Amino acid sequence: MPNYFDFEKPIQELEEQIEKTKQLSQKNKLDLNATIKDLEEKMLAEKKRIYSNLTGWQRVQISRHPERPYTLDYIEHCFDDFIEQHGDRNVKDDKAIVGGFAKLGNQTVMVIGHQKGRNTKQRQLRNFGMANPEGYRKALRLMKLAEKFNKPIITLIDTPGASPGLEAEERGQGEAIAKNLLEMSVLKVPVICIVIGEGASGGALGIGVGDKVLMLENTWYSVISPESCSSILWRSWEHKEKAAEALKLTAPDMLKNGLIDGVIPEPLGGAHNETNEMYSRIKDELTKVLNDLSKLDSEKLIEKRIAKFSAMGAFTEA
Amino acid sequence: MSWFKRVKEGIITPTDEKKSVPDGLWHKCPRCKKAVVAKDHEANCYVCPSCNYHDKIGSAEYFGLLFDEGAYAELFANIKPTDPLGFYDTKDYKSRLTESQKKSGLSDALRVGVGKVEEMPLVVACMDFNFIGGSMGSVVGEKIARAIDYARENRIPVMVISKSGGARMMEAAFSLMQMAKTSAKLALLAKEGIPYISLLTDPTTGGVTASFAMLGDFNIAEPEALIGFAGPRVIRETIGKDLPKGFQSSEFLLEHGFVDMIVNRTELKSRLGKLLRMLA
Repeated sequence: MPNYFDFEKPIQELEEQIEKTKQLSQKNKLDLNATIKDLEEKMLAEKKRIYSNLTGWQRVQISRHPERPYTLDYIEHCFDDFIEQHGDRNVKDDKAIVGGFAKLGNQTVMVIGHQKGRNTKQRQLRNFGMANPEGYRKALRLMKLAEKFNKPIITLIDTPGASPGLEAEERGQGEAIAKNLLEMSVLKVPVICIVIGEGASGGALGIGVGDKVLMLENTWYSVISPESCSSILWRSWEHKEKAAEALKLTAPDMLKNGLIDGVIPEPLGGAHNETNEMYSRIKDELTKVLNDLSKLDSEKLIEKRIAKFSAMGAFTEA
Repeated sequence: MSWFKRVKEGIITPTDEKKSVPDGLWHKCPRCKKAVVAKDHEANCYVCPSCNYHDKIGSAEYFGLLFDEGAYAELFANIKPTDPLGFYDTKDYKSRLTESQKKSGLSDALRVGVGKVEEMPLVVACMDFNFIGGSMGSVVGEKIARAIDYARENRIPVMVISKSGGARMMEAAFSLMQMAKTSAKLALLAKEGIPYISLLTDPTTGGVTASFAMLGDFNIAEPEALIGFAGPRVIRETIGKDLPKGFQSSEFLLEHGFVDMIVNRTELKSRLGKLLRMLA
């Protein structure tokens, strides 16, 4: 049985009805194809209606769907010959961030991304996609390597935030992220960042300074998660829906506010619903964007990248 | 059973330590509760002479005690906040801004001044904690970015004084991107070989720590300041244990290698002068 969200209830009911009708027709050897077709059309219409009117909170839920593709899934299906590298050469290997060279078509690229786990054991191993300082430092090491060999960098963002903990603070979580922001802004090779799930705050931005920053349609990106925002501003976790609206954290809102460069549409029902379609859309988009960026020399790339982030902000100047 | 029962729990001050301090003339240290003449307290850079508690002060005080004769020119004061998202929680952001502006007399949580410190020119961008918790929104980010541009154009070293709870939630992702903006500008400053000093004061947390505050050529902390990425409450809730004493203090950061030195505020100006002369 697939996972349904609350807001997908009408879809679930229709799906169950279709299943029942199919069983009935088999059992009683009745020709109910017309009814089934009718129901299927109804379900498709319902799905389209629901998915074209998603609220911020509903998109947050989709971005966390347990069957949603993670970084390693994209690496497996959009790239070839991935050679994973480990460790920050300092403390340890952070399993919440993975990375290494791979082929995108004929082009060698460096792919780096947050990695979540699918079951309890994996989730613990990957620390729920919450990286420690050594994760950000591994990412930077790999980015510098890509720069050295003049290969473009692709980062995939999917984190509920940088890891909060004793060791993270001892080893300088703030410094690790800050350093990445500074260094990424002057990398001499093209950098493309895609939010594939959750884009929470500094933990996301820590691998998110790029020439093109894209978001999948049903992801979120903001300074704080709606739950934490609710608990701070309303002093309760109950107002997460309101917080999700207030934060304007969806891909269309982020594009409208000029804080990202584009939105990659997801298949109907979300990326998890038709993963192959999602993989091919990402691969096409990456190929296209890489081709565009390869026309710029490194000086121009850096200049444009810094100018883009420098222009972000809303204020008046009287 | 005594005829007198204390209603409020937790009042344990012995009678001989109780002080009644008239407002204005005297300053009572919030930590050791000892009183000092307000003028002497100011002359001591708002540091308690008894327990060395560094009182939380704002940009006006820092500019006054750092710049020679207290003289400086304010830069970019015309940059003012707006409400780009129409943000509304228990109160709308617009009224929050107006209220904070009225209460603090400031337009946002950071001011930039340029002047001389022991005759050495310095651009200082200083955060004001009493404006929405010193939170970083678009104005804070933009002013820091322009302070850095000014420093590059005029080849003057720059110092940012951090005192902030982190990014400003009411500007959501606009706030987040100020981290990238300020860090990118610092990369340009570094290319030109112009010194950047980060002064970390109590408190420096969140997105401020994870951007310009940790990127100094010199990271200087005031004593016993709270400095960290995640707030102590969040960490306590995550790990389900009490935090060790002194965790995320200036001294803890010095020990773990993230600040270069801890400098008493009373010695800050002379230390900066020395540093600036050495690098000139």
